[in-house]
Amino acid sequence: MSFGTPAPDGQQPDRFEFTPENLERATAIIAKYPDGRQQSAVIPLLDIAQRQHDNWLPRAAMDHVADLLQMPRIRAYEVASFYTMFNVAPVGRLLVQVCTTTPCWLCGSDDVLRAIKHRTGLGPGESSDDVTVVEVECLGACVNAPMVQINDDYYEDLDYDRTCVVIDALRQGVKPDIGSQTGRPGGQAQAGPTSLRDLQPKSGGAAAADPGD
Amino acid sequence: MLRDQDRIFTNLYGWQGWDLASARKRGIWDDTRALVALGREQIVEEVKISGLRGRGGAGFPTGLKWSFMPKESRDGRPSYLVINADESEPGTCKDRDIMRFDPHRLLEGALVSSFAMGAHACYIYIRGEFYNEASNIQLAIDEAYDAGLLGKNAADSGWDFDLYLHRGAGAYICGEETALLESLEGKKGLPRNKPPFPAGAGLYGCPTTVNNVETIAVVPEILRRGGDWFAGLGRPKNAGTKLFCISGHVEQPCNVEEELGIPLKELIERHAGGVRGGWDNLLAVIPGGSSTPVIPKDVCETVLMDFDGLREVQSALGTAGVIVMDKSTDVIYAIARLSHFYMHESCGQCTPCREGTGWLWRVMQRMVRGNARVDEIDLLLEVTKEIEGHTICAHGDASAWPVQGLIRHFRPVMVQRIRDYRDAAHKNAAE
Repeated sequence: MSFGTPAPDGQQPDRFEFTPENLERATAIIAKYPDGRQQSAVIPLLDIAQRQHDNWLPRAAMDHVADLLQMPRIRAYEVASFYTMFNVAPVGRLLVQVCTTTPCWLCGSDDVLRAIKHRTGLGPGESSDDVTVVEVECLGACVNAPMVQINDDYYEDLDYDRTCVVIDALRQGVKPDIGSQTGRPGGQAQAGPTSLRDLQPKSGGAAAADPGD
Repeated sequence: MLRDQDRIFTNLYGWQGWDLASARKRGIWDDTRALVALGREQIVEEVKISGLRGRGGAGFPTGLKWSFMPKESRDGRPSYLVINADESEPGTCKDRDIMRFDPHRLLEGALVSSFAMGAHACYIYIRGEFYNEASNIQLAIDEAYDAGLLGKNAADSGWDFDLYLHRGAGAYICGEETALLESLEGKKGLPRNKPPFPAGAGLYGCPTTVNNVETIAVVPEILRRGGDWFAGLGRPKNAGTKLFCISGHVEQPCNVEEELGIPLKELIERHAGGVRGGWDNLLAVIPGGSSTPVIPKDVCETVLMDFDGLREVQSALGTAGVIVMDKSTDVIYAIARLSHFYMHESCGQCTPCREGTGWLWRVMQRMVRGNARVDEIDLLLEVTKEIEGHTICAHGDASAWPVQGLIRHFRPVMVQRIRDYRDAAHKNAAE
């Protein structure tokens, strides 16, 4: 369940409205659902609203979405508070979500937390001007543990040093390659595949080689 | 070992592109029309013959599940297929790789499976954190519409079929099928009481089947090669291939497609480079994702990785997320951390789960330190039994099983921890 209390009134903007581009996106999403079932679009629309508003959802945005979908505002508040990806108070430009569930913990998520603490001074639940750090539950990249999600992207196969590199780069406005930080493709064994070897591209990486049959 | 020619997920590691042109080279969307032309009954029959059981954890026979859907709509209600892509079970990361590396395999499966259930529309519910994966799926859907593979007369099959992607927003519980449907309807993900089952009244009150990504993705290949081919892999009632995710203390953590029933030891040694520090350094394995009870090394020596093999040792195949722990592991903490997970992810609807998961976490924290009485281990066990089976959905059960597994196999470790803590306290007091 979502945590954190909504931002105080002083931080809440008076108004919120989708930009014309986002309104177009919202309209396309609403069309995915049958007539009269537009409430189905509440999660995607709140997501768009959050993206439009510096990665957090003010009350005015929830109201706007609820009104657009002709649903009671309280139902939109409920959804926003139930799902962990909705931030009901401001977060840093970089939202660093550290997975510490058992598979990541076994592979060194404590080192990841330590690296983040050393580089940013922040522990779980803490924020600075540009970074917010939170501890989260399993993000579903367990064979590439330990890992973090920063905004939309996964950074995997981390250790203390690699975490520092990723954090430093992002804070300087440079985006590292997402995914495995040891360069392995997906969930393939680092030392090389144990199956499908005939299909493996000669030159590593995701080449558009003909897989044959 | 499974032969490469029997592997379905030939782009499991993303070596080739995920796009339509690359997918076609892998044989996906090859004369899909002929698969649909088999007809509803024949498709369901073929899936029954294949012995395919749901790959999302529960292992319910897929063909049987499909046969619960109404043959025709008598009251005008449409039927739906909903694909569960809310992959969140700790230890599991297989659907993610299907979706980002091989989305067209899922899309083609969605078409033929929906047809087999009389559904003209299908929703894929993907966990919100899988942003890049969702993006691949959406682009694949767009490609498929442009190529006439989805939409009116999809793939020239004569069947009108619309496929929609729906992103969640962070809630493990939405992997429970009725919570998923609530969420898809734009509400909090609170599981529904059953009955009615989704096949009777699911999404928007209409007949609905919810299937896992891997389940749907293997269907076209089963139809192309025949149910007998799939049934010939694995053991009776445990047929086919399965994606295994091997994480934790192994030399080479990886995803791999293998035959169901492969011995756990072979799986780890052949594909994951063995246990870190050698097999004798193994302490225990959580064999099928976080909710399946842990098994100790002596059980790991011989256990077969399928539904029945793991049930015989009082665990389960679950999602086949294999979490390996070597002797350096504090197994009490490893399980306690899962208790935290289940507390965090409880939807709060049922009292035994809402209160019980928090209680388990608090007591487990004391067990980690040893700050407990030995008889509290039995109390802990008793409370797990009070949670198990007393909730609307299986989340309560899933929170109970890891703790039960720990007590079943590692009670002496827990007792020793308590004694050590007491001895240390006495020593401190004496000084």
